[in-house]
Order: sequence, then structure tokens, then C-alpha cells
Amino acid sequence: MRLPCPFCGDRDASEFVYRGDAAPVRPATSEGFYDYVYLRENPAGPMREHWYHAQGCRNWLVVTRDTRTHEVFGAVLARGAAQ
Amino acid sequence: MTRFSVFSLAKNALSGHRLWERTWRDAAPRDAYDVVIVGGGGHGLATAYYLAKEHGVRSVAVVEKGWIGGGNAGRNTTIIRSNYELEGNAAFYEWSMKLWEGLEQDLNYNAMVSQRGVLNLCHSDAQRDAYARRGNAMRMNGVDAELLDKEGVRRLAPFLDFDQARFPIQGGMYQPRGGTARHDAVVWGYARGASDRGVDIIQNCEVTGFLRGADGRITGVETTRGVIAAGRVGVAVAGNSSRVAAMVGLRLPIESHVLQAFVSEALKPVLPGVITFGAGHFYVSQSDKGGLVFGGDIDGYNSYASRGNLPVVEDVCEGGMAIMPMIGRARLLRSWGGICDMTMDGSPIIDRAPVDGLYLNAGWCYGGFKATPASGWCFAHLIATDQPHETATRYRLDRFATGHLIDEKGQGAQPNLH
Repeated sequence: MRLPCPFCGDRDASEFVYRGDAAPVRPATSEGFYDYVYLRENPAGPMREHWYHAQGCRNWLVVTRDTRTHEVFGAVLARGAAQ
Repeated sequence: MTRFSVFSLAKNALSGHRLWERTWRDAAPRDAYDVVIVGGGGHGLATAYYLAKEHGVRSVAVVEKGWIGGGNAGRNTTIIRSNYELEGNAAFYEWSMKLWEGLEQDLNYNAMVSQRGVLNLCHSDAQRDAYARRGNAMRMNGVDAELLDKEGVRRLAPFLDFDQARFPIQGGMYQPRGGTARHDAVVWGYARGASDRGVDIIQNCEVTGFLRGADGRITGVETTRGVIAAGRVGVAVAGNSSRVAAMVGLRLPIESHVLQAFVSEALKPVLPGVITFGAGHFYVSQSDKGGLVFGGDIDGYNSYASRGNLPVVEDVCEGGMAIMPMIGRARLLRSWGGICDMTMDGSPIIDRAPVDGLYLNAGWCYGGFKATPASGWCFAHLIATDQPHETATRYRLDRFATGHLIDEKGQGAQPNLH
């Protein structure tokens, strides 16, 4: 599996650290924290997810990937990415 | 149902083994059952078996989208053990081990349960301390555990690379009662026992939705083979629990991840039991056919693909080479992947769902095989009595909200690290 890092280009997935679903947003108050920390959609299909390019540019990315096939549709820098 | 014995074997030998009965009935769905179990893996079939045998619930169907035992029951590395440390896990997995010990007599079926021992190697002082602590916790819970020094390990497995430059072997923790069981035979044995007690096992029958009453209660399932009404529905579909839960609008504290496993060509006996590497993640045993069955970490990203990627293959093989370089001479026969329900604390869920009439058996991470008998026992108890079994009271769905986590590895809410 290779991920298209916007900064470094196509790089092997082993250079990246996986963080998981990009959808949960840290709530400002303790309300909703249980949802944020524990509950997941866990979709079978396309999913936006956080990857950290630890052995590259050290950017956080939002990668769109199909969990059924591992097909990667694209990646953008997480900073400034639409939620 | 023919009872297997030396006499039935002799009788069937005389007729050239042409007159054996089918092991279990391949049933067509009826309109309604008292209990419908979704998922015909080891856990689902064990649940149906114990529902019929221990609780007298005979109107039970197990619906399976493919064929029984075709999911994770056919993709594991067949290891059974009960070397757990935490309260909440210890009693449950020990109950499972006790059920394994009596399983073949109970089922009248050869599940090839072999208590050949599980040896966890340690490679540092800190790790030896951790094993001493774990072993003491196990012994206080009535589980067998032995702390071995280097010579003790050498007596069990002289072929290991004790003086490996980076990860020298300093000792290990040994559970003599651990071992392996034949995964297919476990599925078939439970299917036979359940079918014999009137349970309908319905294959190629995928659940596509749930029937709800006016009060929201689950009243049955919609399947690819029609609607089936049910008094209660139990879901035992680890790997796909989130997808089934989504049909009733539930989100679970679970991510699906792929775990790869491997088997080598058949070799003459070289491994006495199960051996695990302590400095990486690698576990290996030898099947009765001779193949070295081994595995390691999950790939680490969400996946429903039932296949993994090469970096983990490399990592697993490096682990093997670090403790037993002889493994490098063996050729790999097959590798495959299975989809695991990875929970947020690494422990399973056996609980009522927050929807009346629905029961959840989920979140087995990559340790579900060893739990098969107790999982079925406890899930059957929960469905039949509406009360958790005494060994599974901690496997609540709401423990994540209340903070009563059972985090054996101490990793926190990061499913790919458990």
C-alpha cells in the first residue's frame, strides 16, 4: 500500500503512522467526549483517516481510502482540511 | 445421530466408510424461532449448542452469510491459553480452558485439543518481572503458570537462538495447560451437537436488516433467504460487528482491522508446543500435519479486506528469525488475513445491546479462538436468563462510558495497538 503524500509524493505505507478515522472532532467541553474517544462509524468502504508521515515530511495527512480494497483515492494535508 | 466410538468406527470400517451420516443438518429457514443467532462461526455455534444443551432452548437458528466456520474460525492460529492477568479476564479465559479440557467428551467429537504448552519468551529483566507478576496473578486465580530461567527454556526448546545478539533469551513464562485445538473440528463439533439438539444451521443466509416492533424491540431479522421472526436475536459476527450494529443505528467502540497468519510446508515434528517471541510480536506452533502455523501483529489500519500488506509479513518473519533461525529454511505454504473487531481496551463485549431483544457478542480483537467455548457458554447464559454469566460480568458495553476498562496491555483507546 502506498500513500500519495502531497509533500513527498507516493510513499510506502510503512513510513506512516496510522491514527484512525478523521471524522471525530475533539469537543470543546466534556459533553460528547465519550463519543469522541470511543465510538466509531467503522465503515466498510471509503473512509477519511489520519496518517502521520513519521519517516518523511512529518505532516499529518487526511487520506481517503477504501477499507474493503485498500484502494487509496487521495491525500491532503490535515491542517486546513475540511472536516 | 451416530455416537462416535470405537464400535461405530469398526462397524463403518466394515462397510467401507460409505454409510456415515451427515455430521449436521443443512437446514432451510423456518418462519420463526425463539432465538436467532447471527453468525455461524465458532462463537455463534457454541452459543446455539449451549442454549439447547444447558438452557433447554430448542427453537434456535444460526444464520450464516457464507458457510459455517468460513470466517475467523477458519483463519486463526488455533492457540488456546488462559494466561490473562486482569480481573474480568482471568476467570473467563480459565473457564474457557476448563471447557476446552472437557470439550471432546462433551461433544463426542475429536476437536484435537492438545495441551502441549504455551511458552512466552522474555528478553530483558523488565520483561521477566512483568511475567513474574502475570504468573503470580494467574496462580492466585487458580491458573497454572511457571516462571522459567534460561535453562528451563532450553530444556523445553533447545533449538532457540539463546544468545541472539540483540534479543538474547533470558527465560520465559510457561502455561503447561495451554496448547492448540483443531479450528475446523471445533466448528463442526459444535454444529453437530447443536444440530442434534434441534438447532437449525442456515448457511448462505446474510442478515440485511432487523425487524422492530412498535416499541422498538427487535422482533426478527431480514435475510437474503427471507424474513425470520425471533423472540431474541444474538449477534456473534466479530469482524463485522459494526456493520450489523449499524443496521439498528448503533455505533460501537470497535474498529475492524486485518490480522495476517501464515503456514509453512509440512515438516517433521520440530516444535514441542506454542512459542511466542517477547521482544516483537511472533507466535508459532506446529500443526499435526506438520505445518508451522504462525502470526504476529495486526496490520494497524482499518480494513475489511481479509488480506494484508507486505511490511507486516516482513515484520512477522523477522520475529521468527530472531528466535529460531531454522525457520528460515522452511518454505511458506500459505498466508491469509482475517478481520478482527479491535475494541478500545482490547477486551471483548458480551452484553445486552441498548435495543430490547438484541444481544451482542463482539470485540474479540485477535484472541477469539481460545475464547470460543466460554464465549458460547456465557452468551447462551445471557440470552437465556437476561443475566451475565458470573465469569463475564465485566464485558459490558457501557464500561467505556463508566471507565471500567479491561486494558490488559495498558494501551488506552487506540485499537490498533492492542
